[in-house]
Amino acid sequence: MADSVANSTGRGDSSQFLKIDRLSKHFDEVAAVDNVSLDIKKGEIFALLGSSGCGKSTLLRMLAGFEMPSSGNMYLDGEDIAKMPPYERPINMMFQSYALFPHLTVWENVAFGLKRDRMPKDQIAERVEAMLGIVKLKPFAKRKPHQLSGGQQQRVALARCLAKRPKLLLLDEPLGALDRKLREETQFELVNIIKSVGVTCAMVTHDQEEAMIMADRIAVMQEGRFLQVGHPREIYETPSCLFVAGFIGDVNLFNGTVEVDEPDHVIIGSPECRHFVNHGITGTIDMQVNIALRPEKICLQEIEPTIEQRESAAEHGYNSARGTIDGIAYFGKFTQFHVRLESGKIIKASRENTARHEETQLERGQQIYAWWDGSDVVVLTN
Amino acid sequence: MNITKSIGMNGIVRLLTRNWGRRTVIGIPYGFLILFFSVPFLVVLKISVSSTDELGIHFQDLISYADGIFQLKIKLSNYIFLTTDPLYIETYWSSVKFAAINTFICFLIGYPFAYFMARSPASMRPALLMMVSLPFWTSYLLRVYAWKGLLDDNGVINNILIWLHVIHDPIKMMHTGFSMTIGMVYTYVPFMILPVYATLVKMDLRLLEAAKDLGATPWKAFWLVTVPLSKNGIVAGSMLVFIPSLGEYVIPELLGGPSTLMIGRVLWDEFFSNNDWAMASAVAVSMVVLILVPLAIFNKYRADSGGVRGI
Amino acid sequence: MDSRLGKTWLIAGYVFLYVPILTLIIFSFNASKMVTLWGGFSFKWYGVIAHDSEVVNGFFLSMKIALMTATASVVLGTLAAFAMVRYKSFFGRTVFFSHINAPLVVPEVITGLSLLLFFVMCERLFGMPERGMFTIWAGHTSFGLSYAAVIIQSRLLELDKSLEEAAMDLGCRPFQVFYLVTLPMIAQSLMAAWLLTFTISLDDVVTTAFLSGPGSSTLPLVILSRARLGLDPTVNAIATITVAVVAVGVVAGSLWMSRQERRRAAEQSAAYREGMQAMGA
Repeated sequence: MADSVANSTGRGDSSQFLKIDRLSKHFDEVAAVDNVSLDIKKGEIFALLGSSGCGKSTLLRMLAGFEMPSSGNMYLDGEDIAKMPPYERPINMMFQSYALFPHLTVWENVAFGLKRDRMPKDQIAERVEAMLGIVKLKPFAKRKPHQLSGGQQQRVALARCLAKRPKLLLLDEPLGALDRKLREETQFELVNIIKSVGVTCAMVTHDQEEAMIMADRIAVMQEGRFLQVGHPREIYETPSCLFVAGFIGDVNLFNGTVEVDEPDHVIIGSPECRHFVNHGITGTIDMQVNIALRPEKICLQEIEPTIEQRESAAEHGYNSARGTIDGIAYFGKFTQFHVRLESGKIIKASRENTARHEETQLERGQQIYAWWDGSDVVVLTN
Repeated sequence: MNITKSIGMNGIVRLLTRNWGRRTVIGIPYGFLILFFSVPFLVVLKISVSSTDELGIHFQDLISYADGIFQLKIKLSNYIFLTTDPLYIETYWSSVKFAAINTFICFLIGYPFAYFMARSPASMRPALLMMVSLPFWTSYLLRVYAWKGLLDDNGVINNILIWLHVIHDPIKMMHTGFSMTIGMVYTYVPFMILPVYATLVKMDLRLLEAAKDLGATPWKAFWLVTVPLSKNGIVAGSMLVFIPSLGEYVIPELLGGPSTLMIGRVLWDEFFSNNDWAMASAVAVSMVVLILVPLAIFNKYRADSGGVRGI
Repeated sequence: MDSRLGKTWLIAGYVFLYVPILTLIIFSFNASKMVTLWGGFSFKWYGVIAHDSEVVNGFFLSMKIALMTATASVVLGTLAAFAMVRYKSFFGRTVFFSHINAPLVVPEVITGLSLLLFFVMCERLFGMPERGMFTIWAGHTSFGLSYAAVIIQSRLLELDKSLEEAAMDLGCRPFQVFYLVTLPMIAQSLMAAWLLTFTISLDDVVTTAFLSGPGSSTLPLVILSRARLGLDPTVNAIATITVAVVAVGVVAGSLWMSRQERRRAAEQSAAYREGMQAMGA
């Protein structure tokens, strides 16, 4: 009997280490999480990304056991966890506020979960020492949480979660409470620790940069549903819908109509220019589509682009438009230009500042050509 | 099949044990209050409308069952007496009057006091606050008694004034409306100061700077910004002073006189001196009604302003 | 506004608050039996009350009742506060709320009268309880519980809920969560509630007057009966002792608390500075 359950839910199948199956959570008729299914691989760092109220935290809290699902199942390593209370789940969570016990020292905080498991004292001491070593907090063992800086507190929280050697680590906005500067350093450190321990990890964040840096895969959530699940690059380069395209990074959007639909390319007309897309899409002639183009994919130059410059654009006149520079924002490592096209539409184009003194300085009001490669165009059909 | 069943059983067991804990947590204090607060009040209610037997000792049951007929006997004579007897009407009026005067004087003294406390240097505020609440911790009975020593015909104040040759004969202060009011103000002024202070100390002082920047004089800024913002504290403080002073017994007993009628003292006398339990019960019920009125107004205000604050 | 006016007002206010207490204290050292006429310094009245069995017995009875009241109020108040804060919906929640708050606004003469009539009824029906320590305790606890619940409730409301979730996440069963995390977090408010209900019980006279039986005169009842008759130097001596005990306790307590707070703040800023330096390095 037990075997059949284990087989059907895939114990030992590392690609389905965590299996979420048609999970829903309703609060008074409102679906916070709406029929969501997901598999997470063993050892993977998985990010739930979305703005506040999208259901990502509810999903995380259901995994931790603080919310009971309205329907659906959850299996961790083949074991049904949906009805387990939080204190029995082999899952530990790092809270956004860290939730360090203020009346206990760093050492006692880390040992807290181990004591609940009635682990022998010497083993607890050993484990706590090892954990404090990993997060480089050995000298701070006797301090109380309020005697630590924000970054140190975060590491105590991490050590406390990892001490129990959970099968699944949950991170709730892991860097949300840190200063900007500290965040960047901590992101890599956190990933290194998680990867070196080898624990499977699900995190929740509203910060797309954080998700892209830390996670192996990302699920973009909105209104309780997954819009797209995939590798960060996949989500950035081939967003599945307008929302994902707009949520992750900057994007220029064009409305267009499919004019030519060939197996190897499509031509889409829009008021700004005609787009040559050198990959097929599933669509029909005259279909209304949206075209997404990342600012860094747009080249700006004073002279009209030559044929050689844009082999893949195939024919003259595609994927380029004339315009005037309307605004320049210098960000340090890159500069963003606002270009007013002849149709009146303003697009954003960015250029990396690789050299300290750029040879060709573009200026406000200057006439320029904007052009891009046919392979960089993303066609969104919904 | 079996497995899902056992999970279901576990869930049910867990649910029951969880509910068990919850029921204990709610049930114990609830049970205590029902037993020692609600039921006793129902007893009062019952006694206030029941008639006594021929001997006047035992109260008869309100509901009797005889010969297949239920009988409900309610005696309203106590209440009729309460609403028609001029002495009682005067007592109600006098209680409300003294409570209102007390509230007003507490406001006049307490509001500026709280204001100056809130605007004093932040390092001094904890000490100032502690000095206001310190008398709270000392016996209220003794603090009221202290005024007896001050205001008596041969009390400290009269003695000093005679010694200074300001007066020749002692001024009659004890057992008057004056002595009772001063005792009430003394007892209740911290209840006005503390909530008002709490709202004033939280106030964003930049609002005053903004008001002045927009051309308001300090007084205008005070009237148009500070006072409206401390309204919640004033209302809370007024309730904390008004409601308990309505039912006051110790102060009228020790500092009041024959002319200072207070409903709490009348209840006490009905019970302890006249031994009229039914009448005392009726007075108690009428006191609750008297207190429900300001309480309802306060709750309505809280609900209304809560809506405003919610925006 | 004028700072001179402010200072004057504050000083006048504190004079008003403290002069009566000071005169009580001063005249407790009066050798004369006339409470308001100074007849020389003396500890005479302290000796008198030490041998006054009514005062001594009343004092011990009051202490006993106050101890029991404070303890019961804190236990019941914690449960009530917990129910109010943590259980968002249960049958009769609003009625429960008004039950918790009602004793705070109902005048004591009513509490006292109704409990007395209730106990009289019980005595007739079941032959118990006899009026005395138990009935006084029940009366005090019926409102002490409300005061305790209000104090503990406000602390529970500001408590970070994720602390309890973290405890559960780390393997605590619900009861373990309560005594390993919640209880230490609210300990200070429990202490405050205990002290408050202790002093309220120690001080109570109206409810006590209704509920006391023969031979169960608490100290406030003794004071009231003497104060009714007029001025009595023994009352002054009792007052001085209570004021001294309370003043020392409250001042020491708040000094200790503000020192704790200052130390904590200093440690916090030190940790922050350390963190900034570590980042710079």
